[in-house]
Amino acid sequence: MIVNEKIAIDHGLKKEEYQKICELLKRTPNITELGIFSAMWNEHCSYKSSRLHLKKLPTKGKQVIQGPGENAGVVDIGDNDAIVFKIESHNHPSFIEPYQGAATGVGGIMRDVFTMGARPIANLNSIHFGSTQHKKTKNLLRGVVNGIGGYGNCMGVPTIAGQTSFDSSYNGNILVNAMTLGLVKKDKIFYSKAAGLNKPVIYVGSKTGRDGIHGASMASASFDDKIEEKKPTVQVGDPFTEKLLLEACLELMEGDSIIAIQDMGAAGLTSSSIEMASKGNLGIEINLNKVPCRESKMTPYEIMLSESQERMLIVLENGKEEMAKKIFDKWNLDFAIIGKTTKSKKIELYFDNKRVADVPVNILVENSPMYDRKWKKAKLPKKNKIEKEDINNLKIIDILKKILANPNICSKEWIWSQYDHTVMGDTIQKPGGDSGVVRVHGTNKAVAASVDSSAVYCWAHPLTGGKQVVCESFRNLISVGAKPIAITNCLNFGSPENEENMGEFVECVQGIGEASSYLKFPVVSGNVSFYNQTKDQGIKPTPSIGGVGLIKDYSKMITMDFKEVNNIVLVIGKTEGHIDQSLFARVILDEKNGPPPEINLFNEKNNGETLLKLIDGNLIKSAHDVSLGGIMTAVSKMCIKGNKGINLKKPKYLINEIEYFFAEDQGRYIIEISKKDQKKVLDILDKNAVHYDELGTINENMLFLSQKSKVTIDELKSSNKNWLIKYMSK
Amino acid sequence: MKSAVITFPGSNCDRDMDVALKKFGFNNKMVWHQDIELPKSDLVVLPGGFSYGDYLRCGSMASKSKIMQSVINFANSGGMVMGICNGFQILVETGLVPGVLLRNKYLEFICKNVFVKISNKDNFYFKNINNNILELHIAHNEGNYFCTKDQLKEIEDNAQIAINYCDAEGKIEEIFNPNGSIKNIAGIFNKEKNVLGMMPHPERMIDPSLSGDDGSIFFKNLINNLK
Repeated sequence: MIVNEKIAIDHGLKKEEYQKICELLKRTPNITELGIFSAMWNEHCSYKSSRLHLKKLPTKGKQVIQGPGENAGVVDIGDNDAIVFKIESHNHPSFIEPYQGAATGVGGIMRDVFTMGARPIANLNSIHFGSTQHKKTKNLLRGVVNGIGGYGNCMGVPTIAGQTSFDSSYNGNILVNAMTLGLVKKDKIFYSKAAGLNKPVIYVGSKTGRDGIHGASMASASFDDKIEEKKPTVQVGDPFTEKLLLEACLELMEGDSIIAIQDMGAAGLTSSSIEMASKGNLGIEINLNKVPCRESKMTPYEIMLSESQERMLIVLENGKEEMAKKIFDKWNLDFAIIGKTTKSKKIELYFDNKRVADVPVNILVENSPMYDRKWKKAKLPKKNKIEKEDINNLKIIDILKKILANPNICSKEWIWSQYDHTVMGDTIQKPGGDSGVVRVHGTNKAVAASVDSSAVYCWAHPLTGGKQVVCESFRNLISVGAKPIAITNCLNFGSPENEENMGEFVECVQGIGEASSYLKFPVVSGNVSFYNQTKDQGIKPTPSIGGVGLIKDYSKMITMDFKEVNNIVLVIGKTEGHIDQSLFARVILDEKNGPPPEINLFNEKNNGETLLKLIDGNLIKSAHDVSLGGIMTAVSKMCIKGNKGINLKKPKYLINEIEYFFAEDQGRYIIEISKKDQKKVLDILDKNAVHYDELGTINENMLFLSQKSKVTIDELKSSNKNWLIKYMSK
Repeated sequence: MKSAVITFPGSNCDRDMDVALKKFGFNNKMVWHQDIELPKSDLVVLPGGFSYGDYLRCGSMASKSKIMQSVINFANSGGMVMGICNGFQILVETGLVPGVLLRNKYLEFICKNVFVKISNKDNFYFKNINNNILELHIAHNEGNYFCTKDQLKEIEDNAQIAINYCDAEGKIEEIFNPNGSIKNIAGIFNKEKNVLGMMPHPERMIDPSLSGDDGSIFFKNLINNLK
């Protein structure tokens, strides 16, 4: 096939990009080369629209061992231990084929982590679906949950936390973001930078099939009515083989025979080989006849672009081939020497004794397009005036029950009880809390992780929304007693070619950067997913933030369930009564406009750090951050989890009761303390200039505000627990 | 006391079992599925996981792997063999314990704490245990125990039911049955009671900071019985 402009455009390249390729090569590429360019230069692999802005994120810190640019980020947790972690999207495949899409998303992110030498110890996920009324939502939810469970459960890695939301902006484009944490010894981290000449390049894992060809290109395009036709571009997962691959790789990594290792994820053999060569400033020569293939008569083009799962590329020390092969034989996995490193600084492919591709690596990587897309700055929406008569007739308990049964607040136990969250025997805080927590095996340390997003805030004002998500992640870690270390981000947006969507991206990233820089909570890994839209309509901007923190002594871990009757409950942080963009405004008042709550980074940091001090002093019995649904929702969840009630006090200062209890002001936590510690706690709060209100005292089984406003915890529990179960069984 | 845990390709609770056995005093060895001989052991454990991916019937491939002939011989000569979760599925496939394990009634993987009532203490696994009810943890997709009427009669006549799903008070009722098992069966013995297969994972409940600590009761009692 002779390549021309039309074929290039069919590959998702722009006309100018194709011209640039011809200029750089000083000739027309052949079809295999064109395939390679299209894979490397698409949005998913090249970050061409986002690179310029991602550069501005803070990525360094005292505990950061590896920031963005590797398979995953790495942070130091002391005693020669390090945590490797990353979040990644698998949105488009999951919409087309929810089970396989979600499963291979989980498989892919785990591979990114164990490629670096770390054993995965926890999975998390952030999944977003269309309206619960939409005809596809139920099946998509079921398929995605089955897929995540199917892969993670089989791998024997606990799924310890997650987030699920429903919003009509995802009707035609759901989001599936998967995150994995792995544990590694600091001096045994593996990287993808090739080094040395004439070193064998080894292919291990599954055979290469025709599945997923052009997966990365599909992930870089918008959806249209014909999306179902793209099913063949979805990869098929085999968690059993990945489990074998994990054990085999870790066994090989015990020795010192690996120079570089890279998993074959998006754009398969193409991006893995080019990445290793590029980082090592070397060339790689591959004989494609040596690549283990599942199907007969696969062409070089297909072999290079296949996204078959569970495969790795390794650059090995000379003379270690036999030893390495024995390990992969033991685990019944393919092992093939397919090429070698060269000094040519080119990627050279041979097939049937003919050279089928010959491209300088730097053309593919450094010369890949980078765009400074046009973007539109968002204005801060005007505050809504809430008419007092709108809310004065409302009954607090009725509102509360409605909110607790809202799809975005209700218990997600139906989802996480399908994930194995206890395998590996170290899960000390399971899903349903502020963060999931796993022990660092055999030590007193534990690692907390949380994944958060607030698409509604980001949609209302991207800059504020971006800051808020980082702060919420910070709070979720602190609420369990963990010191926040670093974050990974998965940036899900609409089309970068649309000025408004691009503006949302730019400003969310700016907000994320400001908050993470102020909170010393750097970004160490992540991924960008653009073109999340159906036809011209983009999703609400949805950056997902995965936060990781350390608990030095896990006996000090905090959970959110109320512990003891007569204990005192405080709310830390000031409640101003910000109702715009709150769940209350949307669900009860049906009001969708207005600005999101403001972020005060000083208060966030100060309140959080002070709470950590209190936790460290053993003064806190339970804690929970206040987010969606405000104080009333947060306190109800603490009651439900602990099977206790609370006698609530009326707000002291001049504020409407409903606004007080349902406002979504930021930087707040609810804490439980015992009476004997009250003075000590208040002294510390005063000394650190942290605002607090006394919220009430814990009772046996009733949420009590007044004789007219009270409800049993059992009733609240059934509102909260049953909604999703009922929805899924209908 | 010596124990051995078999690792099949796809086993994923083998390490957890190793940790638990060692914690309660066993001298444990890991055994690879392609080995032919078992090390000298007082207890052999088939751990949980997804042996061979469970792509065929759960446990069926593993039941044919090399080491299993030795395990079967060991069991037939009176040796203690315990299968947990996928290990139970493997035991069923070897025929060492009767019945089959079907897909859960509600067709969903279930991961949660359950209560089980010990139905027979006249064996080395539960002899001398003070508790009648244990809180354990299940995590499976195919734990729905089924057998024919004749088999059930035989199982009951021989007192082969080891544990049943129940509530905290020990009531064995359908609403406390997580997966649809006949008679709420969570674990059964062979006729001689030296082979035990059960769905719950005691090895995940060996520390108060985990989902619970009742697994410790089970293991402490087990090693004392074997001494």
